[in-house]
Amino acid sequence: MPQPSDAASESAPVNPHVAALEDAFGPLENSVFRDQQRVVLPAEHSPAAFAVLKDRGFDLLVDVSCVDYLEYRGAKHRYGLIYLLASTAGNQRLTVRVFVDDPDPTVASLVPLWEAANWLEREVWDLFGIRFTGHPDLRRLVLPEAFTAHPLRKDYPLQGRGERHNFPVITRDHS
Amino acid sequence: MAVTQPAAPEGGQLELPENVVVSRLDELASWCRKNSLWPMPFATACCGIELMATGAAKHDLARFGAEVFRFSPRQCDLMIVAGRVVMKMLPVLQRIWQQMHEPKWCISMGACASTGGVFDTYAVVQGIDRFIPVDMYVPGCPPRPEQLIQAIIDLQDKIQREGTITGREFNTRQRQDRKRALVESPLPLTLDASRNPNLQRQFSHPTAQARS
Repeated sequence: MPQPSDAASESAPVNPHVAALEDAFGPLENSVFRDQQRVVLPAEHSPAAFAVLKDRGFDLLVDVSCVDYLEYRGAKHRYGLIYLLASTAGNQRLTVRVFVDDPDPTVASLVPLWEAANWLEREVWDLFGIRFTGHPDLRRLVLPEAFTAHPLRKDYPLQGRGERHNFPVITRDHS
Repeated sequence: MAVTQPAAPEGGQLELPENVVVSRLDELASWCRKNSLWPMPFATACCGIELMATGAAKHDLARFGAEVFRFSPRQCDLMIVAGRVVMKMLPVLQRIWQQMHEPKWCISMGACASTGGVFDTYAVVQGIDRFIPVDMYVPGCPPRPEQLIQAIIDLQDKIQREGTITGREFNTRQRQDRKRALVESPLPLTLDASRNPNLQRQFSHPTAQARS
């Protein structure tokens, strides 16, 4: 039997930050899992709702990551972005999910709100190909600049498309 | 002191003093080179830890004259690639290899550098010998320091055996091409080892013999 705090339940006491978001943007899907408050935000509310959260004390963007739900059982959207926010003064954390879809997965950049988003969003762009509008410098972060694919997408083959062998061969004759 | 041409005695035999040794210049150059290998440590992963252990006091690479690890490729003549090489690192590896002066040799240390190891992914190069020439392969994950020492000893033997003062042994386009054909397109292999004893010696690997 699961512990009460383990169950993702709608009946948990309403988080004040989620309540503030719902006042501004209407009802939002949210849940509590092991005392961690989570909320799903439609992509069109992205910059405004994050601005509300920042005003409410979430001064630290801990991480931006992404999951590709291609062929995932019961998934309604393809990409799920995960924003981990923390309030250093209030000692609170909030997980915000934003779902985006093909063919042009796009979401607003959070660099104007948190400088930390710069490299985090570059990494997500690099590996998942999600475009962040308003990002000041959306280049690849970890892969070589000549790389064209986004390899953490589930439809990208594990062994690549020959990128790892696309190099000149140096023999004894020209070295 | 004036150098005088020693007069050839009656039987055509040269009379030499006891402290004079006659040798070929190639052998002398190879003897010098093999006992003063200066490694370029290209350590990218856990094999690099074993490489450091090999150079440290217990295993003491200085016993074989190869203790002078240099971090400039201009001063090295033995590249030891220790660890997996990802596709972003490979152009760096090639550039460092090209910056090293001739004569130079390369040891591919460990399973990852030699074959990619367990990292069969889009980012990891499946063996550095696809892109730079390799003289010695060291198996292991990671290899023991003794295995690396054995590779250096074998490389010394190879240098002594094949080395020339002009580096003629490196003009091996033919040999390189044949080796790459074996690696990348194993079937159909048209080399007939039974007709060519030279081939038999070169492809003494059991799988190569089974194909031929």
